[in-house]
Amino acid sequence: MIAAAGAILRKDLRLELRTKESVPAMTLFTLTVYVLFHFGLDRDSLDGELAAGVLWVTLLLAAVIGVSRLFAAEREQGGIDGLLLAPVDRTALFVAKAAALFLFLAAVEVVAVPAFGLLLLGPELGGALPELIAVLALADLGIATVGALVAALAAETNARELIVPLLLLPLMVPVLIASAQATEPLLRQDQGPEDLARWLGVLTLYDVVFVLLSVAVFDYLLED
Amino acid sequence: MYSKGFRSLALATVVTLATALTLVFFYAPLDADQGFIQKIFYVHVPMAIVALGGFVAGGVMAIRHLRSGDPSWDVRSYVAIHLSIILGVGVLATGAIWAKASWGHWWVWDEPVLVSFLVVFLLYCVYYPLRFSIEDPGRQARYSSVFAIAAGAFVPLNFIAVRLAEAYTHPRVLSQTGGSLPGEMRLTFLVSLLAMTLLFVTLWKLELTAKHAAMQLRRLKRRLAEREVVTT
Amino acid sequence: MPALPLDEAGKYVAGAYVVFLTLIVVYVAIIGAKIARIDRELTELVEDDE
Repeated sequence: MIAAAGAILRKDLRLELRTKESVPAMTLFTLTVYVLFHFGLDRDSLDGELAAGVLWVTLLLAAVIGVSRLFAAEREQGGIDGLLLAPVDRTALFVAKAAALFLFLAAVEVVAVPAFGLLLLGPELGGALPELIAVLALADLGIATVGALVAALAAETNARELIVPLLLLPLMVPVLIASAQATEPLLRQDQGPEDLARWLGVLTLYDVVFVLLSVAVFDYLLED
Repeated sequence: MYSKGFRSLALATVVTLATALTLVFFYAPLDADQGFIQKIFYVHVPMAIVALGGFVAGGVMAIRHLRSGDPSWDVRSYVAIHLSIILGVGVLATGAIWAKASWGHWWVWDEPVLVSFLVVFLLYCVYYPLRFSIEDPGRQARYSSVFAIAAGAFVPLNFIAVRLAEAYTHPRVLSQTGGSLPGEMRLTFLVSLLAMTLLFVTLWKLELTAKHAAMQLRRLKRRLAEREVVTT
Repeated sequence: MPALPLDEAGKYVAGAYVVFLTLIVVYVAIIGAKIARIDRELTELVEDDE
């Protein structure tokens, strides 16, 4: 199963490197939204709760773009039937897609988080970086897992572009809450990771539940 | 299949509902802070609890559907979710009325049950477009079940997250739901909760019966049409 | 929060319970209409067959 998942993942990564369709779009989207927030909130710099909120809402909206495109390659080239005919464990497909989405999100964040620090953030980003990375990692795991699940759920519907955001965003609320609460003290003038453990715990719980659930349930999707 | 137990169930529901209403307005004492407004609590909170329970039950039925392949479990899951969404409208409406009466605004963010309910409600509203945009009936049932399971697992997670966050932004000043309820209020609340649960089950069985009858009718029509083709 | 005078509070409480009852009544009415239609179609089928 791991081998199959690795093969699918490598294929997806190679495809993305070649066509550059998802990650640049997601990154550009994030930067654009930061500019929108500057104008919308009429602020030059943010800190604390507002900064955490803007950072995470923007990331989640960018994730929607990534999720919508997750099975795009298979759809456009009719490849999904090929995958299904081959004796590939659906779980392998899920792991590969979730891993791909995780890596895409990480790639976007490598640019978007420093950009946020430059464009909108008041206090310096450097001090709390390790904690921020921990939050990002756990949050990305949750987003990637649920994102892959939602992408598969919406794969067969006609109204795909509408269903993905409507499904994904409410499901992301716990991730948003925990991530924003965890990040907020990290982005304040007087930094100090308060209660980080608690929110990391919430994120971990969410991740564990949805990883187990998705692995159990994915077999019933994309079946024919 | 549906008639014998159903009649007693419906009767029990009506009796419990009447009892609950009587208790609410003639037995439960007037709340010291909120006064008469607090009576809304006896309809709003049981509705919320039963709706959330209905969503989770829909998820459990969906699990049984996927494991057994039996489409009747999918129908049961659909009706449970459908009913919970309708109750959900009631929860949000009564919640808004309570908020307006208690705090002067039609919406408040410091009641975690209400807030987490809004998120859950928004999620489950997508159940219909998702379900009905898939044409193949087998696939429609399967995908709906996957959704019901994921959403059902989401309900408690969401509540935990919202509740924890509210503790930070809005320290709980008014604790309406549970905790220390004086005896008469607690009894009234429990009876109301029982009444709401019985009501849910009754309506659930009612809709299932109607759906079953409609399905049988369709089957009969098809068979009669086939028979005509053969004889003519 | 000071308790609202009974007549004002009564409107809100009545409103909430009315919402609840309306939902039930409308729901039961819709199911009732569905059942009535099934009954009508069944009768038609039986008559056609005769």
